[in-house]
Amino acid sequence: MTAQTRTHVTGGIGTSVRRPDGVPKVTGNFAYASDLHSKDMLWGATLRSPYAHARLVTIDIGPALAMPGVHAVLTQDDVSGLPLFGQEEQDQPVFCDGTARYWGEPVAVVAADDEETAKRAVAAIVTEWEPLSPLDDAEEAAALGSTFREMKIRRGDEAASGAVVVEGIYETASQDQAPLGTEAGFAVPDGTGGLDLYVTSQWIHVDHRQIIACLAMEPDQVRCHPAGIGGAFGSREDISLHIHVAMLALATGRPVKMEYDRSESFVGHVKRHPSKMWYRHEADAEGNLVKVTARLLLDGGAYAHTSRAVLANAAFFTVGPYRCDNVVVDAQVVKTNNPPCGAMRGFGTVQACFGYESQMDRLAETLGVDPLELRRRNALGQGDVLATSGQTIEGLLPTIEVIDALESIPMPEPLASDDPRLLPGGTGLTTPSSKVVRGVGYAVGLKNVAFSEGFDDYAEARVVLTPAGVEVHTAAMEVGQGLVTVCQQIARTVLGIERVAVVWDDTSHIGSAGSTSASRQTQMTGGAVHAASVGLRDLILEDHGGDDLRDDGVYRTGERVATIEEVCANGPVEHLVQFRHPETYPPDENGQGDVHAGFVVAAHRAVVDVDPELGLVRVVRVDTAQDVGKALNPQAITGQLEGGIMQGVGLAIMEELVVDHGVIRNPTFTDYLIPTFLDAPAVVTRILEAPDSWGPFGAKGIGESPTISSTPAVVAAIRAATGRALTRVPVHPEDIVGI
Amino acid sequence: MNVTITINGEQRVADVAGFESLLNVLRDDLDLPGTKDACEQGECGSCTVILDGEAVCSCLVMAADAEGSDVTTVEGLSSDGDLHPVQEAMLAAGAVQCGFCTPGIVVAGSHLLETNPHPSELEIREALSGNICRCTGYGAILRAFETLSEEGT
Repeated sequence: MTAQTRTHVTGGIGTSVRRPDGVPKVTGNFAYASDLHSKDMLWGATLRSPYAHARLVTIDIGPALAMPGVHAVLTQDDVSGLPLFGQEEQDQPVFCDGTARYWGEPVAVVAADDEETAKRAVAAIVTEWEPLSPLDDAEEAAALGSTFREMKIRRGDEAASGAVVVEGIYETASQDQAPLGTEAGFAVPDGTGGLDLYVTSQWIHVDHRQIIACLAMEPDQVRCHPAGIGGAFGSREDISLHIHVAMLALATGRPVKMEYDRSESFVGHVKRHPSKMWYRHEADAEGNLVKVTARLLLDGGAYAHTSRAVLANAAFFTVGPYRCDNVVVDAQVVKTNNPPCGAMRGFGTVQACFGYESQMDRLAETLGVDPLELRRRNALGQGDVLATSGQTIEGLLPTIEVIDALESIPMPEPLASDDPRLLPGGTGLTTPSSKVVRGVGYAVGLKNVAFSEGFDDYAEARVVLTPAGVEVHTAAMEVGQGLVTVCQQIARTVLGIERVAVVWDDTSHIGSAGSTSASRQTQMTGGAVHAASVGLRDLILEDHGGDDLRDDGVYRTGERVATIEEVCANGPVEHLVQFRHPETYPPDENGQGDVHAGFVVAAHRAVVDVDPELGLVRVVRVDTAQDVGKALNPQAITGQLEGGIMQGVGLAIMEELVVDHGVIRNPTFTDYLIPTFLDAPAVVTRILEAPDSWGPFGAKGIGESPTISSTPAVVAAIRAATGRALTRVPVHPEDIVGI
Repeated sequence: MNVTITINGEQRVADVAGFESLLNVLRDDLDLPGTKDACEQGECGSCTVILDGEAVCSCLVMAADAEGSDVTTVEGLSSDGDLHPVQEAMLAAGAVQCGFCTPGIVVAGSHLLETNPHPSELEIREALSGNICRCTGYGAILRAFETLSEEGT
């Protein structure tokens, strides 16, 4: 029996059902990791390096330990297991190992009766440092061979050339995910030498693997629990305070809570890699791409984290959603004393997209061709090969269709008001409407879904039927995106039963769901929930000779043959699935091969009003058309599209982590600017459905695409308004004014 | 020192240190964790409460200064499962993702509608411009308040 889309179940796929955690979230009753506490708990706090690069000559924890109310002070000497952690490469010491390699690197942690005492104890630790010269320049690091990964892509004829050539150098700044919930964790000893951990995370099983190695404990001694998350956007894919809070709890035998404040959060998680990209596009006279040559340089900061995979994404998407037979890419991610970088929404493709879309606009201008027409002419689609890796696009990839859909969205009305709230700069500045110039820009972005390059990527889910309804058990982290709702909808639709609850299990009760990243959970955990639901339904129907399952039981030719209670007479009935996407492979020495499991394409149009004299920008509208495969929850999709666009707008004109000799100069919400309600453009969306061959009901992962091409679209619009080249994001007022 | 504050209609006494903010006292001493701590600089609005009729960032209010005042937190806007119209509208519009900014927006938005039952789009944007949301891009939140404005709740 093949499960079919149910029509009689309420709250199935394709409907904008409300999220089950909505009521607790609007009433303040949702428990985030930072809300967890117990009466006997201690507070943890962290001593951090004041230098980006320095030798720790001496450290004296004595004065801190001697303070009343202080229960433990721990350093690298107290790490009982592997002294290093890291998701891909274990290269970062749990605490400073004698040399600090980035500003804010943890040196020691303290547990004390209260937060204030813990902070004072941190200040009481006496350290002597020998400052060293920080390696803070990516090109210098590249010249020194200080790299995490180097990639070479060679496809086609290196000697090929085109009649029309455009070249450019592009830079993107580091961006902070800035989720509103900072890093927080609660560690509770279990009285038998083990502990339970509740830490903000995007992937508790990969945390668990690293934590038990550093603690030298058996897997079942440490249980990582999914905790309430206040946003993530990549910042929680790597370890932050997990091992520290666990060590403090084990050392004191007491529950310990840690919570970073905003400034500490800025140093306490990985960033988006800053990049520099050299591009040369060659085309024939009609604008067909003949050859793309590029060098990409990403700064990974002090430790590896996910830099290798970020570089791969940047390199494989160097050309974007366009056909090109001859490609030369050299890509490096370097190791410096700058803040460590890792995952952020778009994961390497954001940087590349700013480069290739800027180049496509230059090419269009040089050829005198409409920028969208140039993109259509080169658009990658089903049956074509990815320009870089040579991988054939097996599934539907509606690049031309998203461009067409985007173009069909009516343009906004011209600026018709002198209301300063509608002018660049807003009420605080002095732009008269007569000085405002409007610009329109476009960009198209391509992204892979899930993990690539041969990684064994899977998600486990268990679907259980009980007399009270269906339970979906998973360890997939809900970070706000709405996976919880989608899992319910999928299970309801397959099983025909409305009562579905998602139950988050800890690492001892269920296998890995993989990371909540790479736009992967709707397809991966959604795929697992779908497959487990199909398996459970088939099992129940077979056991009871039924042909239909409903809220109140099993049916055969319209007659009920068993109630749900009867189905569960011997206990809950369940089915467990480990879901894998189609196999991928590592690239060969020329970067060739079937490295990706699936692709998503989106297009953006930005309309901006600019005051060229003051260099002020108001983003009026950002419109988008995106392929989602199958819209499982249209309202949640709109939320992802609008939210992702805002982070792309942020990178285009506001968000920049200012790093000076390795030191972050703006680690506060006062100085790191995030778009507010007054900065937010209107958004018009067009959702296309070109089903994928794997995953639930053809749905594709959609979380990252909204961010990827919105940044270059906004910059293209500012270029159109000002005529400036604007080769670096974020665009600052002085770039527009030309000073 | 002991500070007496009327919170959500109930007189509460807390033993506070001089350096403690109202936010910390609500969260850590009075078991009202619905008010969120995200920047402690008055930039993000996650900690918004109504203090004597004004929407304020509770991270910028010293707890000792709140002596004798009347405070409404997000926990005070709903009772016995009955949601405040702002809470209901936020849910209906899909304006909640991670939800960390939500309590602050619910409180600031309820204050807006009390002082201006029919705010225009620009008035909504201005009134909530001190509340940062990193997930939604503000679109769904705006739609929630536009619905409320039309209804004149």
